[in-house]
Amino acid sequence: MDNRNQKGWLYLLPALLFLGVFMVYPLADVLIYSFEEGYNFASQTFFGVGWYNYSYVLHDPYFLQAVKNTFLIVLITVPLSTLIALLISALLSSIKPLRNLFQTIYFLPYVTNTLAVGLVFMILFRKTPYTDGLVNLVIRLFGGSAVDFIDGPYWAKMFVMCFYTIWVVMPFKILILTGALASVRQDYYKAAKIDGTPRLRVFFRITLPMISPMIFYLVITGFIGAFKAYSDEVAIFGTDLNAAGMNTIVGYVYDMLYGNSGGYPSYASAAALILFAVVFTITVINLLISQKNVHY
Amino acid sequence: MKVVLQNLTKVFVGYHRKKKEEVIAVNDFTFEIPDGKLIGLLGPSGCGKSTTLNLISGLEKPTAGRIFFGEDDVTDLPPEHRGVGLVFQNYALYPHLTVRQNILFPLENLRGREKLSKEQMQERAMNAAKLVQIEELMDRKPGELSGGQQQRVAIARALVKEPRVLLLDEPLSNLDARLRLRTREEIRRIQRETKVTTIFVTHDQEEAMSICDFIVVMKAGVVHQIGKPQEVYDHPVNLFVAKFLGTPPINVFEGQVKDETLYIGEEAVLAVKGAKDGEVYVGIRPEGFVPAADGALTCSLKGVEVTGRDTTIVSSHPLSLNTEIRSVMTAETVVPAGADRVRFALKPNKVKIFSRETEEAIPFEE
Amino acid sequence: MLTQNELQRQEKSAAVRNGVVGGLTYFFLTVWALIVLFPFYWMVLTSVKSYGSYNAERIPAFFTKQPTLQNYADAFTSVPLAKYFLNTLIFTVATTAVMMAVIVLAAYAFARLEFVGKNITFALFLSLMMIPNELVVITNFVTITNLGLRNTFTGLILPSVTSVFYIYLLKENFEQVPDELYRAAKVDGTSDLKYLFKVMIPISRPTIVTIVILKVIECWNAYVWPRLITDDPAYFLVSNGIQEIRENGFGRENVPAMMAAVVAVSVPLIVLFLIFRKKIMEGVSRGGIKG
Repeated sequence: MDNRNQKGWLYLLPALLFLGVFMVYPLADVLIYSFEEGYNFASQTFFGVGWYNYSYVLHDPYFLQAVKNTFLIVLITVPLSTLIALLISALLSSIKPLRNLFQTIYFLPYVTNTLAVGLVFMILFRKTPYTDGLVNLVIRLFGGSAVDFIDGPYWAKMFVMCFYTIWVVMPFKILILTGALASVRQDYYKAAKIDGTPRLRVFFRITLPMISPMIFYLVITGFIGAFKAYSDEVAIFGTDLNAAGMNTIVGYVYDMLYGNSGGYPSYASAAALILFAVVFTITVINLLISQKNVHY
Repeated sequence: MKVVLQNLTKVFVGYHRKKKEEVIAVNDFTFEIPDGKLIGLLGPSGCGKSTTLNLISGLEKPTAGRIFFGEDDVTDLPPEHRGVGLVFQNYALYPHLTVRQNILFPLENLRGREKLSKEQMQERAMNAAKLVQIEELMDRKPGELSGGQQQRVAIARALVKEPRVLLLDEPLSNLDARLRLRTREEIRRIQRETKVTTIFVTHDQEEAMSICDFIVVMKAGVVHQIGKPQEVYDHPVNLFVAKFLGTPPINVFEGQVKDETLYIGEEAVLAVKGAKDGEVYVGIRPEGFVPAADGALTCSLKGVEVTGRDTTIVSSHPLSLNTEIRSVMTAETVVPAGADRVRFALKPNKVKIFSRETEEAIPFEE
Repeated sequence: MLTQNELQRQEKSAAVRNGVVGGLTYFFLTVWALIVLFPFYWMVLTSVKSYGSYNAERIPAFFTKQPTLQNYADAFTSVPLAKYFLNTLIFTVATTAVMMAVIVLAAYAFARLEFVGKNITFALFLSLMMIPNELVVITNFVTITNLGLRNTFTGLILPSVTSVFYIYLLKENFEQVPDELYRAAKVDGTSDLKYLFKVMIPISRPTIVTIVILKVIECWNAYVWPRLITDDPAYFLVSNGIQEIRENGFGRENVPAMMAAVVAVSVPLIVLFLIFRKKIMEGVSRGGIKG
């Protein structure tokens, strides 16, 4: 028996070791950091313990900007991407020819490097002294006036940001939803057809309730993912997100830790814990709502 | 409502490794289903019975041929304009809707002149529920019901539109043996009460025989025989139908007809007046054997099974196509114990002969 | 019942409606396909335009008459793109290999071995799934810095060689392997390790392949951790390299060369995807959450 015990723990050892050092210990440590006031990274000393780090972060205009940006991105991209993905998946499920081709194309963004493709988006939307860029060319064509989406007004930057975020998250959602739609038994549709149920009614009364667990799953993971937005922002606006006014909460955490304004792990920890609290609360709310609305 | 199928044909075109392949699921069906009857489409799996049902319901379009409900040609009508109710093999109840909502679902689709008021709908739903005796389950979800109850809900949902034709696709196959017996009586009762022309598909011959007014025996897309269950059982048109109907199944032997006498091996077992000379298959129903000391057919005795209600003699014969011959007789019959041979006399009306070449039945005077 | 005439009219309008719906369906699907594909087209197109002709375009041209591969040469010579590739390759292979070893052993322990405290340990493992990476990255950054492992492959690799989620996935899969096989192997005197390699892993190959693919995609696109832990371009991965090119460029801003680098970085994964399309899509839908 003793021998068998040892063997089990032996097999687990590497995993325990790595998780302990890089997950469990940091978890405790981040809490400690967040309460150590005036922590100095170089000398690893601090003066006191208290809520100052939280208060600093919550009063930092960069943080408030980051919170605003993050919430806007979350509130715009999650519902919109889910709705568009639902529409596309529904359309995709209704056709036979070319379906595989479309599915393959739609999945492409998932396997591309977001930093790399972000550059392309920047080029497409950017306006420079030499050229207005392709998107502005199209806007002109429809009689609008050119806008610099990368260095211009806030709403324009936010638009590009959301557009790119949706472009990036779409493959996963389409994949999951087409899978969910395909798993609805054909008999239900046959039964509805016998009764002459109109297309839209079939969709809203049968299809939608049947795939609602998957939709909620996507909304929840979508919220969590969007709250952690960061590398997509870097891809479009570069590493100095504060200067661009497009920083996110995660971006703020990293900036506090490293880079030009870095060296403050205490502030970073406080910000990270605030983010965790927000995500946790919203996930719980989401779960409560979904439990009320998913029927079986 | 009488249902007429006229030269109905359905060909599926599939592609297998880029090669076009045609599968004839239903081949030139012509038959008439009288008004208000319960008829069973019967055949082994893959015989085209479900396709036939889908053609009648309108879920599939026929490749050729016409379908009439009464005098109306419904061939080109979509399902909702045909007035059919369909009960699916696995019921296809919407799991997120209550029983009531499930039953109301078809009614809520009605538009224009057929539109019903809220009260009318509720009333119709309640009537359908009463008919299948599920009034007290109206606010449950399908997941909370037993298989038999789900079945009833599915029937109620199919009947609530007051269809001209009710279609049932393997309605009993998902139920356990005891429930199956009860449910088939239930279907019979509901059909009698509503008098709606009902077509039901099954691979279980006992099920079909026990409740249908008519049965249609099919195989590989072709109708072999249509008739009342007893008629088809007593006068199968070919070897397939004879083998398909009846439990235990018919015992088949290789035999010959010579001078209006039927031989199995060297033994002359029956006089068959009017039958031509030739090689034949001999089919003998289990109840056609009478043990007799001077019986014409000699078999090796393998055992006797007693169930109380009846007695089965299990024996074998070198020319039998079945590995064992099962003959059923009343429990009073005295069985020669301890012997290793048993001799049977044959009841002429339980013996069928079929051509060895065409497997068609050969008539003879009993 | 409706009259024959009404029915015919309904049929006709239904047919028209079906046609319109079908047309609109393909229209929308094509629009989205174009939105997805256009950036790819544009990056390939721009990457073959010459530096001069690109900068001369005040209005972007949708095709080019004189495609050139010069930009690819520039991308690989004026910035150490090849080095970034090599780094990413080393990082990806090493991380994936070490992680597979760690998680296979852990999953096997949870699925097959009996030891005191197994259930509680597994529950603790599961609860770790809820911990977002952002929370632990801060300390890990400090840990790696204090260990003097910045700008080393060890520092890059270590924090990402375990995944609770993949251990969970693999454990579920291992548990599908019938107990009888294990007992039979034990009767024959097979050691646990041999049983793991000769029986469990071959049987669970589909899941293992899925995990490898997901991990490779994750590694290839890794950005945040490498950015924190490396500031020496000799250890940059492609994502950081691309960002570096964007910010400091080729001495001057050279969009076509930048796009050439972007194409070069994107191609490996796209090729991998086109080869293993089915496996990857299956794997992702079975439990991949990006990031």
